Amino acid sequence: MNRELKRVSIVALIMFVTLLVSSTLIQFVQADSLAADPRNSRTLYESYSVERGPILVDGDPIAYSTATDDFYRFQRTYSNGPLYAPVTGYIPVNGEATGLERSLNDYLSGQSSSQFFDQLNRLISGQDPVGASVEVAIDPVAQQAAWDALGDYTGAVIVTEPETGRILAMVTKPTFDPNTMTVHDGEQVQATYEGLLADPGDPLFNRATGGDMNPPGSVFKLVVTAAALESGRYTPDSTFPNPGEFTLPGSTSVVRNSGGGTCGGGATVTLADALRLSCNIPFAELGIELGDNAIRDQAEKFGFDSEFLIPTETEPSTYPQGLDDAQTALTAFGQGDVRATPLQMAMVSAAIANDGIVMNPDLVDQITAPDLRPLEEFEPSEFGRAISEATADTMVQMMVNGVENGAASNARIDGVSVAGKTGTAENGEDDPYTLWFTGFAPADDPQYAITVLVEDGGGLGQEGYGNLIAAPIAKQVLEAVLNK
Amino acid sequence: MTDHAATGRVTTAGDGGAPARPATPPSGIRRIRIPQKLRNLEFWLLIVACFINASAIVLVQLGALGRIDTQLVLLGAGLSVLVFGLHIAMRFVARDADPFLLPIATVLNGLGIAMIYRIDIAEGDAGWESAAVRQIAWSAIAIICAIATIFVIRNHRVLFRYTYLAGLVAIILLILPLVPGLGQSRGGAQVWIGFGDIATFQPGEIAKIALAVFFAGYLVRNRDSLSMVGKKFLGMQFPRARDLGPLLIVWALSMSVIVFQRDLGTALLYFGLFLVMLYVATSRLSWVVLGLSLFLAGAIIASQTLDYVGNRFANWLTPFSDERFNADPGGSYQLVQGLFGLANGGLIGTGWGQGRPDLTPVPQSDYIIASLGEELGLAGIFAILALYLLFVARGFRIGFAGQDDFGKLLGVGLAFVVALQVFIVVGGVTRVIPLTGLTTPFLAAGGSSLVANWIIVALLLRLSDTVRNHPRLVIDG
Repeated sequence: MNRELKRVSIVALIMFVTLLVSSTLIQFVQADSLAADPRNSRTLYESYSVERGPILVDGDPIAYSTATDDFYRFQRTYSNGPLYAPVTGYIPVNGEATGLERSLNDYLSGQSSSQFFDQLNRLISGQDPVGASVEVAIDPVAQQAAWDALGDYTGAVIVTEPETGRILAMVTKPTFDPNTMTVHDGEQVQATYEGLLADPGDPLFNRATGGDMNPPGSVFKLVVTAAALESGRYTPDSTFPNPGEFTLPGSTSVVRNSGGGTCGGGATVTLADALRLSCNIPFAELGIELGDNAIRDQAEKFGFDSEFLIPTETEPSTYPQGLDDAQTALTAFGQGDVRATPLQMAMVSAAIANDGIVMNPDLVDQITAPDLRPLEEFEPSEFGRAISEATADTMVQMMVNGVENGAASNARIDGVSVAGKTGTAENGEDDPYTLWFTGFAPADDPQYAITVLVEDGGGLGQEGYGNLIAAPIAKQVLEAVLNK
Repeated sequence: MTDHAATGRVTTAGDGGAPARPATPPSGIRRIRIPQKLRNLEFWLLIVACFINASAIVLVQLGALGRIDTQLVLLGAGLSVLVFGLHIAMRFVARDADPFLLPIATVLNGLGIAMIYRIDIAEGDAGWESAAVRQIAWSAIAIICAIATIFVIRNHRVLFRYTYLAGLVAIILLILPLVPGLGQSRGGAQVWIGFGDIATFQPGEIAKIALAVFFAGYLVRNRDSLSMVGKKFLGMQFPRARDLGPLLIVWALSMSVIVFQRDLGTALLYFGLFLVMLYVATSRLSWVVLGLSLFLAGAIIASQTLDYVGNRFANWLTPFSDERFNADPGGSYQLVQGLFGLANGGLIGTGWGQGRPDLTPVPQSDYIIASLGEELGLAGIFAILALYLLFVARGFRIGFAGQDDFGKLLGVGLAFVVALQVFIVVGGVTRVIPLTGLTTPFLAAGGSSLVANWIIVALLLRLSDTVRNHPRLVIDG
């Protein structure tokens, strides 16, 4: 009987060894692929169950996590959600995160490589993982002022620091409350998301860094002026023929100056006056003389056709390829297929203010580990030189004139010299205009570069124009930050 | 010990009701073994076991509650008192019993309670709603049953007398859940009895003990005819056709469990138990081949004709297909969630209270091993399997060292039924075999399972006591 017993014991042993092997296969060999299965809700819950670090503005949290009793363990809350929605984004329980919640997820969730030893330490000590906190560059005064000044318009305001590229304010409207996207109910989140997607106002767009991608209109004349001055063949006093109508070469299309008529009096007009009064015909002529390559080169030096991570992804602004003279003429006053974001136009203004050097824009000042050890600190970085210091000086003066006695007069502030340029861009034949202002102040010691975008003609259809609606918004924001 | 004379002697001894050993050893005989040493070893192992269990409950509270709740610790302490009660009882009536069985059962029972408690916390159950409190109550009942067993059955050969009664009891227990008004169906399986929601019981768990007793007694009595050689076929000696009766009856019993009670695991358990005991008793491998073929044929036919069996097979083969995953009812959702849970545990686990075992359906009963694997990791699974293996090995040891064939067979049967049950459950969870609903011995929530397994502990303790003190009597005499 013992021989049989021995065999049965061996069978029992084999059964147990089989179980050891099968559990090893699952828990060790296949563990990663099982974790990667999209149906594995544990993996999903894990990523939300970390106590994410807060996002701070001037030390105050605009996004923070509090412990809850449910599966997700933590609730993400956005204080002043709609105001900071384009900065924070959101991290829903289902679907993809946006904004800094997405771009800095590794840090916020404590998973970044620089936090590796913290993770190890916590694993050994049994502590729950905690993410790093992110201090953004946003100035709460500038952000609130931009929010108030933009009112109910559809559009965006962005304020940057010319010398560093730090983004001090980023407001977009219409917006939404990111708190509605972080409720712990996947179906409700999905319904909210679909509602926001279907909203004709496109509240999910961050119009400061992307969204509809508007033609820049006359604010693009800054880029063309820069190209002209940089070519060495033009000065502010260079003159152009001054007709009341200009038929595009090889076309029957006619270009007019805004308001019709010539650009000031006289048979010719200087480049300085053309920019100050924002006339289209002289710039169409200049554009054809410069050629699309020269304009594109200059635009790209300012940052067009490049992607910027702030560290959230932004939409690149674009200057079209392969243009004939007629198309080039249109792009020279920011029409045709030129597209720009307020962020890009803020970089153009900031570069002029910063002696010609384009700084990489950045939203984040510092990332700090839970033990207050800095993980990343913001260092200003140059994108490159767009124009010479001399060109920059010249253009500052030209932009100051534009505000003081030109087309951007509504941005004037008593006691402060403001440099600026307005834009009123056409969309379709009957579509409302897109209104722009870009500039900086104080002109002699630039602290703030600002760009305002108002879509849908500010509600006035083709009656609205940049100086009427966009310039006063910029003025209001600049006053608020300068009087701080 | 395979000749007829030995069997006859055992039968005589059993029938005669002779005491296994004198109540007091004859005076003047020098003790050559000191049983106290075994009991002292058991005592210290029990201390360790209770310490592990208390730590597990405290860690669950720290991990899942973030604070210590003394109520459950006190209930657990009450249970430890009962376990020591069994230990003290053995100092009087089973001094030579195996010192490892009780501590292993204690640790497994305690780990089970800790995990059930952890899932209660996740699901917000407290008081009598709490499965952990009920599990503790059932553990107390089960341990008291074990103490009673070890007191009442002073000599396992008494059971030999009741071979056919045990067989009748097993059949009645199996039929009970099918009685209208008494039986209850849960999760599709008709294996419960109870009145309303109170006092539900799975009689099939107790039936496995009765079956083991019956098989052991029956096989010892009839092994000679069952060992007779019939025709040779494919190089193997097959039994005579006229001796196929018992095998066919047990096979039919298992198949009716599959068909009427819709319980694949239990059928496999009973049939596997019978085959192993038949093989040990007759040393004819042909029985095993025949039996396995019959069972496989039955299972394959069942998988083609019975939806629930077919689903189990399909889930086993392709659990990750969307079709199986989304099928409801009968889909692979539970199986896949269990695998996700185990993967989430990885090598060292998430720690008590840190995983999400409650995402898997029935994490405290059928899937408790996946819950433990998630929070204690592969390391925890290995430790638990090692405990089971040691438990089973101690049972087999009785078989090897036993003096009488009935005791040997019963010991092997009881040990193997635990091994097979662990294999069916854990193998089902880890995709070695199709998933079937069975409780994990000692760990899973469920009163009947606890009572049955603690009675098995008591019987194995009783058997091991007989095995160990027997040589002394021989030398003494």
